[in-house]
Parts: sequence; structure tokens; C-alpha cells
Amino acid sequence: MTVSHTLPEAPAKPADAVLRPHAEDAFAAELAALAAQDDRPRPERWRLSPWAVSLYLLGGTLPDGTVISPKYVGPRRIVEVAVTTLATDRALLLLGVPGTAKTWVSEHLAAAVSGDSTLLVQGTAGTPEEAIRYGWNYAQLLAHGPSRAALVPSPVMRAMSEGLTARVEELTRIPADVQDSLITTLSEKTLPIPELGEEVQAVRGFNLIATANDRDRGVNELSSALRRRFNTVVLPLPATPEAEVDIVSRRVDQLGRSLGLPVEADGMSEIRRVVTVFRELRGGSTADGRTKLKSPSGTLSTAEAISVVTNGLALATHFGDGVLRPADVAAGVLGAVVRDPAADRVVWQEYVETVVRERDGWKDFYRACREVSA
Amino acid sequence: MTTSPAVAERAAAERAATAAAVRGPLLLGVRHHGPGSARGVRAALDAAAPGVVLIEGPPEADALVALAGHESMRPPVALLAHAVDDPGQAAFWPLAAFSPEWVAIRWALGHGVPVRFIDLPAAHSLAMAAQEKAADAGEEEAGPADEAAGGEGTHEAPDVERTDGPAAEGLRVDPIAVLAEAAGYDDPERWWEDAVEHRGRAEDPLAPFAEVAEAMTALRERYGDGGHRRDLVREAHMRLRLRAASKEFGEFADGGGVAVVCGAWHVPALASKAAVAADKALLKGVPKVKAELTWVPWTHRRLARTSGYGAGIDSPGWYGHLFEAPDRPVERWLTKVAGLLRQEDRTVSSAHVIEAVRLAEALAVMRGRPLAGLTETVDAARAVMCEGSDVPLALITDRLIVGDALGEVPDDAPAVPLQRDLTRRQRALRLKPEALERDLDLDLRKENDAARSTLLHRLALLGIGWGEPTAGRANTGTFRESWRLCWEPELRVRVAEAGIWGTTVLAAATARAESAAVSATALVEVTGLAEKCLLAALPDALPVVMRALADRAALDADVGHLAQALPALARYLRYGDVRGTDTAALGEVARALAERVCVGLPPACAGLDADGAEAMRGHVDAVHTAIGLLPPAGDGEDSGDGQDAGGGEGGLPGRWAAVLTKLAGRESVPGVIRGRAARLLLDGGRLADGEAARLMGLALSPGTPPADAAAWIGGFVGGTAGGGMLLVHDEHLLALVDTWLTGIPAAAFPDVLPLLRRTFSAYEPGVRRTLGEVVRRGPGGGARPAVESTVPGFAPGIDAKRADAVVPLLTLLLGRETPAPPSSDSLTGETS
Repeated sequence: MTVSHTLPEAPAKPADAVLRPHAEDAFAAELAALAAQDDRPRPERWRLSPWAVSLYLLGGTLPDGTVISPKYVGPRRIVEVAVTTLATDRALLLLGVPGTAKTWVSEHLAAAVSGDSTLLVQGTAGTPEEAIRYGWNYAQLLAHGPSRAALVPSPVMRAMSEGLTARVEELTRIPADVQDSLITTLSEKTLPIPELGEEVQAVRGFNLIATANDRDRGVNELSSALRRRFNTVVLPLPATPEAEVDIVSRRVDQLGRSLGLPVEADGMSEIRRVVTVFRELRGGSTADGRTKLKSPSGTLSTAEAISVVTNGLALATHFGDGVLRPADVAAGVLGAVVRDPAADRVVWQEYVETVVRERDGWKDFYRACREVSA
Repeated sequence: MTTSPAVAERAAAERAATAAAVRGPLLLGVRHHGPGSARGVRAALDAAAPGVVLIEGPPEADALVALAGHESMRPPVALLAHAVDDPGQAAFWPLAAFSPEWVAIRWALGHGVPVRFIDLPAAHSLAMAAQEKAADAGEEEAGPADEAAGGEGTHEAPDVERTDGPAAEGLRVDPIAVLAEAAGYDDPERWWEDAVEHRGRAEDPLAPFAEVAEAMTALRERYGDGGHRRDLVREAHMRLRLRAASKEFGEFADGGGVAVVCGAWHVPALASKAAVAADKALLKGVPKVKAELTWVPWTHRRLARTSGYGAGIDSPGWYGHLFEAPDRPVERWLTKVAGLLRQEDRTVSSAHVIEAVRLAEALAVMRGRPLAGLTETVDAARAVMCEGSDVPLALITDRLIVGDALGEVPDDAPAVPLQRDLTRRQRALRLKPEALERDLDLDLRKENDAARSTLLHRLALLGIGWGEPTAGRANTGTFRESWRLCWEPELRVRVAEAGIWGTTVLAAATARAESAAVSATALVEVTGLAEKCLLAALPDALPVVMRALADRAALDADVGHLAQALPALARYLRYGDVRGTDTAALGEVARALAERVCVGLPPACAGLDADGAEAMRGHVDAVHTAIGLLPPAGDGEDSGDGQDAGGGEGGLPGRWAAVLTKLAGRESVPGVIRGRAARLLLDGGRLADGEAARLMGLALSPGTPPADAAAWIGGFVGGTAGGGMLLVHDEHLLALVDTWLTGIPAAAFPDVLPLLRRTFSAYEPGVRRTLGEVVRRGPGGGARPAVESTVPGFAPGIDAKRADAVVPLLTLLLGRETPAPPSSDSLTGETS
């Protein structure tokens, strides 16, 4: 982890050449407009007041008519708690199943609060302690011995010394001993460097946003000492079927176009069906709220629904008549639901026999399901 | 200390000034159940020291006010008014410790000041409600809230500022919502909290009430009666009572003074100067019934909107806390939350509380609220103490935000309507409550006896153990019931306690059953409850119970539980009950249950140990019987899946047969279950001869472990009563066993012998001997001469003609629509 940090005011490449610009660059105009009109008190080294940060995330209109686009569509409460947490000296932990915009929210929070979303540590099973504390430039170290010049600071260390927001992605994938090196940073707000007999003390404005996946298997559970340093916010799955169908069809459309797949208007009914199946199984009851259901062990996130539909679309295009049909999605749905061959299969069959079979207009889907699960 | 006389003097002077400043009656507009209003009322009463306190409530309760000061009276309680000749027609005025009305009553009792209730008498309001209900009956169904509250005629207490009742309220104005909207709040509840409840102790205790009155006046000018038609009559009555009181007690300046505690909405109406004649005219011709009032204990849960009763607050626990906490309400509240979470073994340290308080306060600042409210503390508790999870939060909501405070009422309060209803029913059914124990035999075919049984069952559901079912002399018939009756004095207390569920025995039992169904955790509990509901004839409770049953069944992963639940339902459906309950809903649930068993059984049968297998075999038998008993679904099963289900027959029996086939053929299923499944299929005529032989050969082949083979035989011919007899009578079957036996290689025979002995030695001696004789005679072809050699007195063969003559009667007895096929396989085998 070396420092190849590009300063925002000196971009090496024009912004439109980049495949995906940082949040603070993509929405620079909105941030500037907010900063200009924000007259509320700002915590030290914050670019905006907490109120303006939540407006930036949730969207709205400024007094002068500037429209702020919504970055996060979801409960207002969640954004408010997240922003308020950053304003206190507690770290923020965003939890949620894959595909609930954790990283997206964390990036935009950092961009709005500190104007810099790039102080990022990506958590992996192989993330070393150096990525969270500091490393050494060994050429320097050998030539001149230990000194600040030979030290390579981690993003967290830079955020501490400059009073910015650091981000840790996938915190629970980081090995437990490496995770725990965050404890001192978060509780004492200091990072000792024993080799030099020095320490780096966090200046005001420093805080940390971590994201973690709460349904992934094989994660390294946070120690309770570390957990206690965080305020936890769980990002929920889309609240209404309409919102979810909308997200899925939009993403499928984007993906389909890049894969050269056409999207039929008829496909909407299958998308609606997949979303309904996913929501019902995930939520443990039918959409009309009349029948309870067992939930399978898989997450059945919106992201998975997207991949099921995309997959079905590919099947329909290359092997079918180009129209998305129940048979094209049934196998995908089965694969997403039955993760554990024993327990999930019962859940699925019960669902097929008690819900799908009875539902009007689902007969073809029922047949397709029986065919693939036989 | 030296300053105290001076302070007291100043306070007295101020009080005199405040009191003198009030001209006419002191109108204290409140929100019912608002802790801030309650505190304000106390401060205002302390400051003004009126000579009489008037309260919005039925004047019949004037006589009951003294009971509020009784030492064993503990809120939450409710004033209950009911029509004397129809206890189902009732209304409640719930009061919690933090209700302004309650505070005013206690203040008055403490200061020796009289209390008067000034609302329309319950005699009128009950009659008007009944009239309205009759008028609305055609166009609008009674809100579900009313039924849940447990009274057929229960209507919402006159809770006027808050009209969040059933849907018909669309036309009416919610004054608080209008004001909140004007103030830029989306949630009226929150606006009132910020504007009134959360404000600190004001300098002038009367100022907030003046402001509220002003706001309400503006509203009333704009909206008039706001769609609350009955309010005009009520307000006319309040004005009349107020005038009478003013005349009697005089002005504040004269040392008397009248204080009125009423819903803020009514303040402008009471302040207006309407002519006495006009008011009296309004009250003319108002219908009337004979009404009685009493105090009944109430609970926080029933105050909460979530329990369906429209008293109108989400969070009685939180309000109670706000009212009781002397200072630092947020800190104290979050400490309580932490205490609760610790009790539930979650690690919550003081540091957590500190952080939660900080977060709650920061959130309040960011949301621009004067003080952290319930939403902020909930958000903070979730983020800091619950790790973002809603599960512990649900606990907090249940135990703290709603809370389980239960009120108490002194014994000398008038009898509850439930008691009256019970007495009436006892008289009508000629069933006297006697302390002496006696037995009662009921013939349910008689109308009076059936009604008696229903009453006893309902009382049992309510925990009033007057009768205890006993195994009477004729307990085999479904139309007989035996009870042991014994009325003990403490049952009266039970009746009073049960009064919380409703005003009639029927309504109370229904409400109680519904509540029990919702809170039940085990499937068996709910099945039992369903049975009780049928016995007690509670058709209204049945849908809720069935729903709970379906839910529990859906979530129960143990097929054993499902299998246990099914037979009782099937029996009930098949034989019905003499009371003639409609069982359509039950049938639906039972079929769904059977469906789930069909799906879950095959995986559940794999990998069982010997005991588990034996238990499962019992379940398989029970389910088989139950499915045989289930009447077919009304709407003919769709044909599309029948073919897939196997057996060429649609519907549940077809699916069940497919499951049995799967069980019989699957290696991983224990032998005893495989054998049992094969046997059930064979009995049902779903196995071809060759198939049964193949299955048996497979199960008993040398490759199979001996224990498993024995278990298979045990499952196939053992266990149930007819197991051995079947081998005796069904030579066909015996031939199968015989063929197999003789086909065993000599070397393997000694291994099999002890296993077979184990199964066959369990038969009764008679069966064993007959079996031996049949075997000695030789099976199959050898059987014929043996049969022809006959017992004395019987013809050598079977007289087919005479045998056929029995068939019509048998058909009738078995309740089959079409003539049954000639009765049993062995007979046809012989005659053909």
C-alpha cells in the first residue's frame, strides 16, 4: 500500500476519460452549491454541516433552486444516524447484505464530510497490518535508518494526521488480529510508532467508516472490544416491491446493453415475478401477508435477482425465442434459493407447492419450477 | 433556609395574582394521555387552586370518583359504561397515571375539592352510538379495532383531539395534524410532543393552555365542528354543566373558581357564549338507555394503538416514564433500556449508555428538536446498543415503550358487565352457581344442553374454572359431555379479571382466544386452541386462530409436530361436531398442513436412529389415517399436476401416495418406515403384486443388514392390531412372505430366523396358532382344500349372492356415495 494519492486540484487525466470518477469529482457542483449556501455550524474540518451532508445524500432542493440529486434511496433515519455518528467521535459501521449500497453510502459520506473519498483500505483475507497502521520504504530504511521519511503511512494514518474521513471496506474479511489494530486508533485516537518512539495523534475531524457484510459466511466476527467503538447502521433491502422491480429492471437494462442483450417489454412480468419470489422468501411471508413462509439460507439480495434475470435473458436470447419466459428464470431462481441442498430444498418445495401452485397466472412458472427441481 | 418564608410569600402572592387574572372558568385544554399536559394541569391547578374541577367524562361517574382515591386503585384503569340490558353495548374511558384527567382527579381528591364529570351522560352517548351503528350497519363494517377491544358494541372513547380511529374518519379533521402541518411537521404526534409535551416547566403555568386555546380557536373558526357531529351535542351539555358549576362555586376572585380539564378541541366551544335555550334545544330528544358505570383495570398494552383499541397512544411506557422521571428523562430512559438488555444477557456497558445518550442528543440537534424524543432514543439504542439489529429493539418496544403495566381496581367497585352477562346466561340456561360439587351430564343434541356446554367451554377459555370436563359414563359418543361443576367464591374475582377481555362472555372468550393464538409459540398449543374454539363455539375467533395455526405450521421445521397436529383437525373435519360449526377455514388449514407434511416427510425420514424411526413410523400412520379422513377440497384439484404427482390421481391422496412410494423405495429411509410405507401402499391397492414382492425381496435380500431387514418386516406386517390377522386372512400376502422365506439361501437362513421370530412372536397366541395352521396347510394353491374342509355349520364355499346382499347396508354405514367395490380382495379371490 503505497501513496499514489492524486490531489483533487491537479487531476492527471481529464475527468471524463476516467471510467468511474470519485464521488467528490462526479458531484463537485452539488457539493460546491451546498457549501456556498450552508450557514449551519460545521464540526471542525468538515466541508459541510451535518444537516447539509444528509441533504446531499437524500437529495432535495436548495433555497436558490439548485437541485441535489438523491444518492441514497431509503429511510431518512438511516442517513441521519450515520451522519450524526460521524459528527460525534464514534466510528460508523455500515452493515447489510451484499447489494444494499454500503460502499456507495460510505463513499458519498466521506466525499461530503471531508471532500475526499480516496482514503480507502480494502479489506481482504490478506490485508496486512501495514495497510491499517504504516509500512516502511525499505530502500530508505536501509540507507538512512528508521525515520519519518522512511515511513509509508496508511490511509488511516493520513486521515488521522489531516483530520479526514478514512474508509475500511469489508471489515469482517480482514483477519481478526489485523482488525484489532484499529482499537487503539478508535479509542485513544492515537497511532504509536514504537520504532521511532513517536506517535501520530488524530486531529479533530478524523473519523472512520467501515462496511461489513452481515450474511456472508466465513467472515471474521468483530471482537466485542472493536465492536464497541462503532455505532452500527444496518442498510435495509428495498422497502417496496415497486422500488425493487425498478432497481432490478434498470440494472438489467444497463447490464443487458453492455452484453448486447435486448430487453423485451414482456420481460417485465418475469422480472416482477422474480422480485416477488425473492421478496417473499426473504421476508418469510407472501406479498399479501396471508401466509408465512420459511426463509432459505441464501441472502436473495436485489443483486442476485439482477443476475438471475440477466442470466435468463441470455438464455432466452441465445437458446430461446428472445422473449424472457418462466422456464428461463426458473433454474436461476432455484439456484439462488437452494444454497444448502438439504434444508433449502424443503423450503423451496414448500414454497412451490403451497404458494406458486395456488397463484393465478403462475401455472407456467409452477410447471417450470417442478421441471427444474425434479 | 432563611429565604424560604420570602419565597413562600412570593409564591402565594403570585398565586393570588394568577388566580385573580383568570376571569370566568379556567379552561385547561389537554391531549388525552399526554404526560406534558398532565404535568401542566397539575401546575395550573396548584397555581389557580380552583373550588371545583370539571372533567370531560360521563357524569354518571361522579359517584365513582371517590374510588379513584382508594389505596388499592392503581392506574391504568378505565371508566366503563355499559347499557344495563345489553352489556355488549359499552364504552371505555381509559386513564393512565400520566393522563391529565387522572392527575386532575387525584389533585382534587387530595385537596378536598369536588370533581364533576361534564360530558354527555353515558346513557345518551351509548344510545347514540347504538343508533349510529344501526344506521351505518349497511354501509360500513365495524372496524376491526372494535372487535379486538372485546366488545360487540364497544366504540372508541370520546377521544376527540385524536381521531385516528377506523377509516371512516377521512372526513373529519384532525386538529393536531392541521397545526403540525402548519408548523412544517409531517408527524402530528411529534409536533405535539415538541410543542407541548417536551417544553420545560414554563414560567407561567397557565400560559401554555392559553396558547393551545388560541390555536384551537383559530382551528374551530376555520373548520367548525370538523366533522365530529356528535361533538356539538356534547359541548352543549358541557356548557350547561359548566354554567351550573360556575353559579355554584363562583369566581376565582371570590376564592372559588371552576377549572375544566377537557380535550383541547373543546376549549373554544366552552369559552363561547351560547344561549342556554339553544343548548337545551340541542339536547332535546337525545336517545337514552339505562347505563351503568364502573371502574375496570386496564393495561398499557390496551392503551397502545397496536393492540387495536383506539385509546390512541403508541408508547404508553415512554409517556409514563416522561411523567415519572424527575429529571434527565433521556439518560434515565436509556439506562432502563440498558438494564433490560442486560437482563436478556446482552453485554451493555455504561459506556454504551453514555454513547447512546450522546447520539440521541446529537440527533435531536440535527433534527431541530428541543429535546431527544422517542424516535431519537430508539435510533440511538439501535445503533449503539443493539448493533443495528431490530431483534432486541422489538423487545425494548414490547417491554418498555409499550410496557406491561396492569391496573388494579378496589373490590368495592361495582360489578363488571361480564358478571352481569354471566348471571343472565346462568339464569337462562338454568345452571345455578353452587358451591357444592356436582356432576352434570350433557346431551349435546338438546339445545339447552349444547348451550350449557358452550358456556362452560367459554368460561374455561377465560380461566374461570367453574366446570371441569370429566370422563363421563358415555365418553365414547361425540354427543355426550360430562362436567363436574363447583362454584367457588374466588371465581368472582376471576370474572372481574376476565372483564378486561370484554363485556359479554362471548366477546371476552373470543378476545381471549385471539390473544392466546397470537402469543402461542408451539404448534400443538394452537391446535388445542382451535379445538377449544370449536367447542366453545367462537366463530369470530376461528379465523385468527386458523391464521396463527397456518403461520406456526409454515415456520415449524419439525415434521413430527405437523404430523401431530394433523389428526385432530382431520377428525374434527370428518366427523364434524354436533354443534354444526362451519369448518371451511379449518379444512383449508388442514389441507395446507397435509401439503407441508408431504413436502417435508421424505427428507425428515433420512438418517434416523431406531427410536426416531419408530416415532416417525407412528407419524406416518397418523398422517395416513388423517389424509384418508380429509374431505376433498371443494374446488377440485387442478389436473395439471396430478400426472406429475404420480398414481394418475390428483389431489392430496395422490400426492400422499407419491410420498409413500418415495419412502418405500428410498435406501436412506429406515427399514421400519419403508416397510410401513410399502404396506400402506399395498393396502391402498397402489402396488402391483410383483412390485410388493420386489420391494420385499429388495428389503430382505442378503445384502441388507439383518437389523434393517427385520425392521422392514416389522413395519410391513407388525405393530398395528391387524398386522398378524392380515397375514392370516390375506393368503396372497402370506404367499409373498412364504416365497421369500423359501427363496432364502440355506446359509443365510440362520441369520434371518431370530429377526422373524422377534416380529411374529409379538402376535397374539390365537393369531400365531392360526398362522401356523395356514402355513402347515401350505399357502397359495394348497389353501383351497383347507378352506373347503370347513368349520361345522358353515357352507363349504362362499355364497356370493348372500354376500352381495350386505353391500348396500355396508355402503350406507361407510358413507360412500357410489356402491363400494366388493368388500375385500380375499373374498373376490375366493369367489372368482
